[in-house]
Amino acid sequence: MEVDKKEEIASESSEEQVVNPWEVSAKDGGKIDYDKLIDQFGCQRLDESLIDRVERLTSRQPHVFLRRGVFFAHRDFDLVLDAYERGDKFYLYTGRGPSSEALHLGHLIPFMFTKYLQEAFKVPLVIQLTDDEKCMWKNLSVEESQRLARENAKDIIACGFDVTKTFIFSDFDYVGGAFYKNMVKVAKCVTLNKAMGIFGFSGEDHIGKLSFPPVQAVPSFPSSFPHLFPGKDKLRCLIPCAIDQDPYFRMTRDVAPRLGYSKPALIESSFFPALQGENGKMSASDPNSAIYVTDTAKDIKNKINRYAFSGGQDSIEKHREIGANLEVDIPVKYLSFFLEDDAELEHIKKEYGEGRMLTGEVKKRLTEVLTGMVERHRMARAAVTDEMVDAFMAVRPLPNMFE
Amino acid sequence: MYSSLIDPNLLIAKDSQALLVNGYRKPNLKTSNDPIRRINNTKPTLFIFSAPAPCSPKFFDNDLMGFSKDQLLSQLQELEIDYSKYEHPPVLTVEEQAKYVSSSEGALSKNLFFKDKKHRYYIISAMVDTKVDMKVLSQRLGLGKGGIRMAPEEALAELLQVSLGCVTPFAVVNESARDVSLLLDQKFKNQTRCIFHPLSNNVSISLSTSGLDKFLQSVGRDPVYVDLEANPVVGKDQPPDLAVYVPSNSVVIPELPNNTPSAQASPPKNVSAEKTKPVASPKPSKSPGNVKSVVQNSGLSVFKNPEKFVEEILDKTSELLFSEVKGENVEALAETLRKRLTSEFTHLAVMYKNTAYSEGFYAGTQCQPKRP
Repeated sequence: MEVDKKEEIASESSEEQVVNPWEVSAKDGGKIDYDKLIDQFGCQRLDESLIDRVERLTSRQPHVFLRRGVFFAHRDFDLVLDAYERGDKFYLYTGRGPSSEALHLGHLIPFMFTKYLQEAFKVPLVIQLTDDEKCMWKNLSVEESQRLARENAKDIIACGFDVTKTFIFSDFDYVGGAFYKNMVKVAKCVTLNKAMGIFGFSGEDHIGKLSFPPVQAVPSFPSSFPHLFPGKDKLRCLIPCAIDQDPYFRMTRDVAPRLGYSKPALIESSFFPALQGENGKMSASDPNSAIYVTDTAKDIKNKINRYAFSGGQDSIEKHREIGANLEVDIPVKYLSFFLEDDAELEHIKKEYGEGRMLTGEVKKRLTEVLTGMVERHRMARAAVTDEMVDAFMAVRPLPNMFE
Repeated sequence: MYSSLIDPNLLIAKDSQALLVNGYRKPNLKTSNDPIRRINNTKPTLFIFSAPAPCSPKFFDNDLMGFSKDQLLSQLQELEIDYSKYEHPPVLTVEEQAKYVSSSEGALSKNLFFKDKKHRYYIISAMVDTKVDMKVLSQRLGLGKGGIRMAPEEALAELLQVSLGCVTPFAVVNESARDVSLLLDQKFKNQTRCIFHPLSNNVSISLSTSGLDKFLQSVGRDPVYVDLEANPVVGKDQPPDLAVYVPSNSVVIPELPNNTPSAQASPPKNVSAEKTKPVASPKPSKSPGNVKSVVQNSGLSVFKNPEKFVEEILDKTSELLFSEVKGENVEALAETLRKRLTSEFTHLAVMYKNTAYSEGFYAGTQCQPKRP
């Protein structure tokens, strides 16, 4: 049984860190302890040998998120690679809860990584837009959540997914048929008590919430998509997601063998810090807590210069003497996510950490990198038409999905 | 006493012209695993014939690490090959090398490392003023017009085990380079001495072509001299004259894109004398006998796959760059362009593909059923 009883207690006390799909907070307002999380959840660290294996199998440099340890944990990723080496392919499954139109860079991270996985391994992808979940949890109207789903789909498409290998669907549109049959099968295997233990539901929550978890679980099973994977019931599934989604898939992995399905594999990322620092909270209500994909070059420069938490010292003299505190410095943290060149990042860390480079320079470089990314995204986003969204979301076969 | 084990044709062929005349026979790119070589595995001084000489056992030990300059030079001494050595600071270009080694010592060479679309590699070693036209070379090799491009840096390290700016005919001493084809400029033969790097950027050696030939033969290579400036017509009745020098095996290097596990399993078909057609296909062909379908398949995948599409664009750009711009730095520039632009272009190509698909998809929804 992979579900950890400790979790029930953890969600009550504020002395332990809390990580679940609806809440992420560190202990005593400090940093998230990822080692403890891996221990607590029971997943594995993604080590160098796995990354080397990925490089060998895909004949290309591993994605920057793998090299820098952004995606740092997994479940059964090694088994997926074993199967891939034998010629058994897999498909990718990721998703988004469309709660707002304003997407920031942190939201794009799983999609950027998934796009790399799609290209590197040449496998198909299903993307779930959980408009029903947001309708229930954020109390949006059905129409509004559907509208947001379509808007978010455009940003997702702009990340560069290949339409001949990608199926995007919204729950309100797609649930039914084989998908719903699997949902019921999963629901039958999870008692109310278990659901309350895993997800922290209580007697005050409405029954919509209680019945939601199977919706996020069943895309892990190929039989949920008869138009995509007919007859391929043994096809494996790999789920790139942030580590706070782990509970859903722990439940899914528990249930899968009972239904005669393979357990989905996971590859999990750490959290993207807010501009104000690890302790700060990225929130939609505070536009200065993150870089949004709609920000102009000027906005980005402004936000980085004024709000990005710096690990540099108070005065230049002191800085040259002691160097910057790389542990808490946000610009360097952001660069480690988005600066492709390993050598340049090392150089910056060394020079800044030893006081020879000043915060202003680091921030300038970060502004360049982020502006480039956001510009590229904006251009791609502008090219996404409603027809393109319709095409991605059409229930159609994908004949060349493994090429 | 070994004559019965040595191919009589090789005895005749001291110069490459005889090899050509014999028809489209593959050059002797065999390695030391060749049974003839093994049996003849004695000290070099025993060789009486001008056929490929046995190589000394100590060659084998170092294959994994790559030959060093000192090992090479001592090998030359052992073979009693006369050479002069010039030490200088590391140089990356011919211009720089010319500052330290004067032309009175010998003719400087420019050394190019190419790869074709089927992952086969070529070293072209030429006089500095010989014009090497990649388009012509590609056609003469039977690879079509845009069939070759500069090999990436990784290939230099993996296959030739030398650093940037150090491509040299001597690199074929490495086991890793056994499938690399070596073509030498015919014009070298008119020189008393020619200058090459002996596997290291900070040394140059000058030696005669007969010395070079002796060395190449000692490692199981037939020296191949070619008129690099010739531009023969290649067509239906005039088969590509250099096609025989295309390696029979492709080489898989981990860092390259488009390098799938299947590339190792199905090496491209050996082009035989009768059916040499220029086939520039990026994928190994699935139906070897049917050249037409190979061309069709490759065309499709270039337009279906954004990464292959971008590779095609960058290949053509590099080709133009090489034919228009002179100078040794062009290689490095082309590589930089390729590295920096590949990701951007692929992103654009994916968006283009998605747009085209969506327009088609939409048109499909509006399509009226065919009239009966």
